[in-house]
Amino acid sequence: MDVLLAFTRPSLDWHALAPELTLLAFGTLITIVDIIWDDRSKQTMPTLAGIGLLATLVPILTLAVDGTERSMFGGAYVVDDFSLVLKALFLISGYIVVLMSVDYIREGDYYENEYYTLMLTSLLGMVMMSSSRDLVSVFVALELLSIPAYMLAAWRKGGPRSNEAGLKYYLMGVFASAVMLYGMSLVYGLAGSTTFDVIAQELGSGSSNPVAVLGILFVLIGFAFKVSAVPFHTWAPDTYEGAPTPVTAFLAVASKTAGMVALIQLVFVAFLVRDDVIQPFFWLISALTMTVGNLIALRQTNIVRLLAYSGIAQGGFMLVPFAVAADAPARAIEAVVIYLAIYAFMNLGAFTVVLAVARKTRSGEIDSYSGLFQYAPGLAVAMTVFLAALAGIPPAGGWFAKFGLFRALLDAGGGWAAALGVIVAINTVIAFAYYARVLMPMWFQPVTDGDERPIVVTGALGAALTVTLLATMAFGVLPGLVGHFGEVSVLSALGG
Amino acid sequence: MLLNQFLILGAFLFAVGVYGVLARRNGVMVLMSIELMLNAVNINLVVFGVQHGVVSGQVFALFVIAVAAAEVGVGLAIVLLLYRNRTSIDVEDFDLMRG
Repeated sequence: MDVLLAFTRPSLDWHALAPELTLLAFGTLITIVDIIWDDRSKQTMPTLAGIGLLATLVPILTLAVDGTERSMFGGAYVVDDFSLVLKALFLISGYIVVLMSVDYIREGDYYENEYYTLMLTSLLGMVMMSSSRDLVSVFVALELLSIPAYMLAAWRKGGPRSNEAGLKYYLMGVFASAVMLYGMSLVYGLAGSTTFDVIAQELGSGSSNPVAVLGILFVLIGFAFKVSAVPFHTWAPDTYEGAPTPVTAFLAVASKTAGMVALIQLVFVAFLVRDDVIQPFFWLISALTMTVGNLIALRQTNIVRLLAYSGIAQGGFMLVPFAVAADAPARAIEAVVIYLAIYAFMNLGAFTVVLAVARKTRSGEIDSYSGLFQYAPGLAVAMTVFLAALAGIPPAGGWFAKFGLFRALLDAGGGWAAALGVIVAINTVIAFAYYARVLMPMWFQPVTDGDERPIVVTGALGAALTVTLLATMAFGVLPGLVGHFGEVSVLSALGG
Repeated sequence: MLLNQFLILGAFLFAVGVYGVLARRNGVMVLMSIELMLNAVNINLVVFGVQHGVVSGQVFALFVIAVAAAEVGVGLAIVLLLYRNRTSIDVEDFDLMRG
């Protein structure tokens, strides 16, 4: 074959790769420190991981100030404003998860050093995902973020529930990536290239091939598992309940965001020409995900399972703009990015409160929240803010995310968009019911077991609460903050 | 070139793999079924690469092989962990959480 040309070294833009390299360096550093100092180094691990995540934000800031779009490896890896906004979001979510993990992992007698190494590795995969514009790099980034997460879910080695969580997450995750790969192989077969730009051209030219429909659907179904969209959500509640709570927060926020980021690029860059396939697919799947997630959430008695189903329903809301991807692309991307940013803070905040309360009550049942206001007023107020945000009540942040959805649907117009808007509205009302079921006993009922000792909030948890609370309120009161990032990311995602 | 025959082989292997994942209860057999699915993908990628006359398909297949090895490593570790705690690798035995 004459295509086997001599190998030439691709030119590397070290500045563009600096965030990934910093993260990799800190992950390696933690392993080396662990090997040299062993148990004596345990105390410093969370600090080191936190410094690593904050240090990675520095090159992201310098790249953002620089502002030029950098493309490497024949367009397979692109650093633009869209990817920088999402990289920063992943790193900040990761930092909050590290804050949540400090006491939980230390007191639970878990392996500490490996925990933080794997978390940084998984975050590296997410950071890479936001720059990937090629089937191979999307696949590698997806596996790099998933494989450590399988291990984290099963981190409580002796606990049967954690084992089961790991098994279910692993089997569903690997099965989904096999289905996704089969779809990718078909898409590659039609386009003859793995780069998104070329795929978009090839899918757009020529007659409509049924194999293309099959390939696109398989790829989208693979990612539907990742973002736990109904009917591919069955792993999520079990995995969330069984996994250690900080890991659950990590999966519910960072891992889901990564799946959404991959979907944004696949749908808006590679597959947008086949809107006859993607728009009905996402219409159906987002309507199902919202409705089923909310209805099952109504009858949950465990707070983590409730948040799991609420997370599934929130994922359904995030999928709504994809249903108008071709009709109003700019508004749709903006809506998804804004939703992801707000969702990250309000959901991480809710999980932080769950962690803080569980340190005293040792229970995940909703009943154990009765009378929380009487002995932990601060936590009760914080939980109220986060749940109000998730429900979409102003002034907490969530309303602006929902507003973005409606704006995208209105811009698209037409009967189908209007019908989806009605479904969103109905689901928002259903969601009030189960968030209120947590809030009412917290404020108005007496303490169930009469134990009114106050809850001691540790420094790390307090910091996590402060950050998430401030961000959630700031996004609600000054939506321009997050709106700006949304607009910036749209320009670069569609301009490329 | 025998494009169709290779694609049919790939589709058949993929279908066998999906059947294995859904029907088998033994954890190790489920892992092997997933490997079948991934190998079906590899056949597709290599055949399409040859048909288009570009090497990117073969390179993609190499990536899939490498990542599949890592995946199975983690999978076997999880199955081993389950066997230690429960002395069973029947995936249907693990149903502590429902609803």
